This record gives sequence, structure tokens and C-alpha cells, in this order.
Amino acid sequence: MKTYPKKRLEAFVEAPVLNRFISLLKAEKVRGYSVLPVLSGSGADGDWSREGSVTNAGQMVAVVCILSPEALEPLLEKMFAMLSRHIGIVSVSDCEVMRGDRF
Amino acid sequence: MQDIFDLALINLLSPPVLFFALGFAASFARSDLEVPQAVAKALSLYLLLAIGFKGGVAVASHGIDGKLVTSLAAGIVLSALIPLLAFKILRLVTDLPRVDAVAVAAHYGSISVVTFAAATSVLITAGIDYEGYLVAVAAVMETPAIVSALLLVKWGTGKGEADVETNGGNLWREIALNGSIVLLTGAFLIGWITGPKGLADIAPFVTDPFKGVLCLFLLDMGLVAGRGIRQGRRDLSAALVAFGIAMPLIGGVLGTLAASLIGLSAGGAMLLATLAASASYIAVPAAMRLALPDARPAIYLTMSLGVTFPFNLIIGIPIYLILGNIAGG
Repeated sequence: MKTYPKKRLEAFVEAPVLNRFISLLKAEKVRGYSVLPVLSGSGADGDWSREGSVTNAGQMVAVVCILSPEALEPLLEKMFAMLSRHIGIVSVSDCEVMRGDRF
Repeated sequence: MQDIFDLALINLLSPPVLFFALGFAASFARSDLEVPQAVAKALSLYLLLAIGFKGGVAVASHGIDGKLVTSLAAGIVLSALIPLLAFKILRLVTDLPRVDAVAVAAHYGSISVVTFAAATSVLITAGIDYEGYLVAVAAVMETPAIVSALLLVKWGTGKGEADVETNGGNLWREIALNGSIVLLTGAFLIGWITGPKGLADIAPFVTDPFKGVLCLFLLDMGLVAGRGIRQGRRDLSAALVAFGIAMPLIGGVLGTLAASLIGLSAGGAMLLATLAASASYIAVPAAMRLALPDARPAIYLTMSLGVTFPFNLIIGIPIYLILGNIAGG
């Protein structure tokens, strides 16, 4: 079956910043994304867990989206301007999708 | 004075405080006891709704008078000034970077609604009257501290310090629409509009289960506070811990002085002292992540939740009761 090469962008962002991040994706005409809960983790700022937490300030969420390679670079530049001072990780990997016209 | 010590003992041996201690101890013993995040969130929503609604009903019953307006003004002034004082003290006694000191200071100007609820619970148990409209004061004390903190950052920006992240001018909308502020203020307005009849309609929901829900919430807070202390120990110096204990006492004295000037009752003075002494752990941490991303949450969340909240709950509230009795007596 024919597949199409795309880019898979995965961002772990601070929960309070999620709305800003989603607004950026929409402003950049990203046609689809998924937000996933992150249960707990550990990083440069120590361990954290969402269990029992009443504030979203110490929590992370994951956002995954598939993009065409040409849409990636301008998005990454704006994403860096938004997230460079925040806790989080943005990673990009190659992927193949079956319906290339959707991304 | 013996009565006050009896009340302090009542506070220490009350179910909410003991449940908090249980959570704290379980966390330190590394028990697998935990409250799911969704449940903790629902409990905090319930408490904000119930506290806000009952405060609105109290205003509807009491009516608007000069004392209420003065109390609101005092709350705004206290919330705006305490971060400035806290910042100065932090810069004097700790080696925190400016941005972390600002973020910590902001927490101490804002308030903890659950500390307020615990203080109210002590007053009700002891049969001490208080001005119910102080919930409105709690609501107006949420955000002035954030304004002061951001001004502190602005004043330091010219010296090469990190600036406020304004998100293209949307920052204030994001802060004002924080869920806890919206619910507390909205429930307060609904309580005010519907008055005692509204309370009678939903009393089985907002009044009867309140203390039990508070116990479950404080169990969770004990777990979170204990975990925060365990994990945040490396970030907290002795000076920071000392600040986390001294600052609420300073705030408590300032709140008591304000209550005395306004002429609040002993119970009201105790509640205003509690508000001025408490530190935020819902609205301000979220605001700091948005506005000051360079500030380290491991420091300000651990200070607020792991040091000051337990101190206020166990030791602070009886002290504020003594202060309130002096001011209102």
C-alpha cells in the first residue's frame, strides 16, 4: 500500500500553556492534533505527578500532530518563540501516513 | 486565655486537621495512598462553589454597608502590599534570584481558600460569630498580588532581568479567567442574587457535606504537601523554610491590624488575619507559569503547599484566633 512521508511533532508542554499552544496550532492552520494526559514524570526541575494535584501549574500535557514537511519549519520557529522559556520538550520525527492529502 | 488554648487543641484534634496529618504522614511513609487528580479537582471545585455561594448569601443577608466596603478595600491593599514586603524580605534573607523571589512573594499576597475554610470551620465549632461577607474579601484578594508581582518584574527588567511573558496582551485575560477565580466569584454572585432562599434550596449540597468534603480534600492536600516536601527538599534552604513560617505570621499581624482599624468582630479579625497569612496554591501558581516561566515551580509550590499551608493549618490558625480575640475583643 502506498504511504506518504510526513513529520510527526510531539510536544510535552506545561498544562497552563496548553491553550496558547493550541491557539498557535490553529493560527498556523494545523489541520489536526491530539492532546494526551501525562501522568507523572521527572526532568531538570525534579519529579512531578498529577495525582492529587489541585492546580495545573505543576502538570504537563502532550500534544501530537502530523504535518507536511514544508509546514514544519515556520511552525517550529513560532513554537520556539512561545515555549523557549517554559518547561517542556518538542521533538520531531519522520512518519508515514496512508492518506497524505489530510496533512 | 485558657479558652483560646482549648480552641487551639480543638483545632489540632479536629477531623480536617487530623486528615491532613494522615495524608502528610502517609506521604512520608511512602504509602501508595493517593487521590486521583480528577477527584481532587472535583473536591476543590465543590469547596470553591460552596464557600463562594455561602459568602454571597451572607452579603445578601447583611446588606452592603461601610464596613463591608472598607473590608474589601483592606483586602485589596493587603494583597497588593504583602508581596512587596515579602519580596524585600526574601531578597534580604535568601539568595533566590529575583524572578523566583517575585514568584514566591506573589503567592503570599494572594490567599488559600481552603485555609480560610478551615479557619471558618474552627469558628463554627467554637460558636464564634464572624462576618460572612469576608468570603468576598477572599475573592478580591486573589489577583492584586499578581499585579504587584508583575510590577516588581517590570521594575527590574531594565536591569537585565527576565521580563513578563504577556502573550501579546492576553495575559490579563488568562489570569482573570483562571477557573478558581471564576468559580469563587461566580458562586459568590449567585449566592448574593438568590440569598437565604437560594441557600435553603441547596443546603443539603453546599452545607451538610461541607466538612466531610473538606476532610477528604485535606487528606489529599496532606499527601501533596508531604510529596512536595520530600521532592522539594533540595530546592529549599533553611532561610526559605524560615520565611515560609515567618511570612504568614507577619501577614497575620497585618491582617489583624487592618481588622482592628475596620472594627471587625473577633471572628472576622481572625479570618482577615488568616487570609493575609495564607499563600495561594491554585490561582497564583498557574499565573506564574504563564507570566514568569523562568521562575521555578519547585520552589514556590513547595513553599506554599509544603511549608506555609501545613503551618497555617496546624499552628497558624490558633495564633490568628488569639490575634483576632485581641483585635476584636
